[in-house]
Amino acid sequence: MSWESFLYMGGYAIYVWPAYGVTALVLVVNIVLPVLQRKQLLRELTIKQKRSQAR
Amino acid sequence: MSWIPAPVSRFFHRTSSPPYFYALADRFIPWLTVIFLVLLGAGLYGGLYLAPTDYQQGDSYRIIYIHVPAAWMSLFIYVLMAVMGGIALIWRMKLAEVMLISSAPIGAGFTFVALVTGSLWGKPMWGTWWVWDARLTSELILLFLYMGVISLYGAIEEKRAAARAVSILALVGVVNIPIIHYSVQWWNTLHQGPTVSKMDKPSIHVSMLVPLLLMAVAFKFYYLIAVLQAAKLELLKRETSSQWVKALLEKQA
Repeated sequence: MSWESFLYMGGYAIYVWPAYGVTALVLVVNIVLPVLQRKQLLRELTIKQKRSQAR
Repeated sequence: MSWIPAPVSRFFHRTSSPPYFYALADRFIPWLTVIFLVLLGAGLYGGLYLAPTDYQQGDSYRIIYIHVPAAWMSLFIYVLMAVMGGIALIWRMKLAEVMLISSAPIGAGFTFVALVTGSLWGKPMWGTWWVWDARLTSELILLFLYMGVISLYGAIEEKRAAARAVSILALVGVVNIPIIHYSVQWWNTLHQGPTVSKMDKPSIHVSMLVPLLLMAVAFKFYYLIAVLQAAKLELLKRETSSQWVKALLEKQA
């Protein structure tokens, strides 16, 4: 099977690929968002801790 | 709880201590990620490439490999949340509260995916994006329940009180789960009947069934990864001034 015919999905490409795309997007967001938020929080907490130690 | 064997209750006590859980999550996430990616790769290869074209639905049926596992997860995660809610209410276990609220966005995500992929499958097969039948409507209500849990938790300032309110909501909402599950049998409409769950004789060929099950297990592992990531964040947020977070910060600095 060629790449073209694989991507063509028997004529249903406009339904199949957006379905997979939306799924991938939602799955990635639900991992990346908490990771980024945690890193941000850790940065803030580190700064706060340094300040309180400097005093 | 005298009826619980001592080693089991010891295990729960240890695991439910935030620093221990945080470290445990860190240790497990890489392994879970590897297993998830292998299962996902195998499932996608089997579902999109190896599995034959359906004789009635053509290649549009390939949406099943994400639609059905996502729909299963939307129910599974909600039931887990209700169980966590029960534990949180009865034993006041902090970690159960954290797991409950960490699961909500993931469950909402899977519910959204089930609805959108179903719509994208319904258009070419049924000729419509949406129909107000029992299955689709009850799944939409599930999405609202998840969003209710998230916004209720966000609306109450004191997090332990918020967790109690959310636990009750999660438990009450669980009546919707059997309605979703049996809706295609109780009310026969456009949505097709169960394909896999009649285990005596699934109406699906093995070459199509195996990738579907691989995807379903892959999504379970995805849930574990995502819920651990979310729980780590939630634990940090709740315990910013505790000793173990201070120690963690010093170790990282």
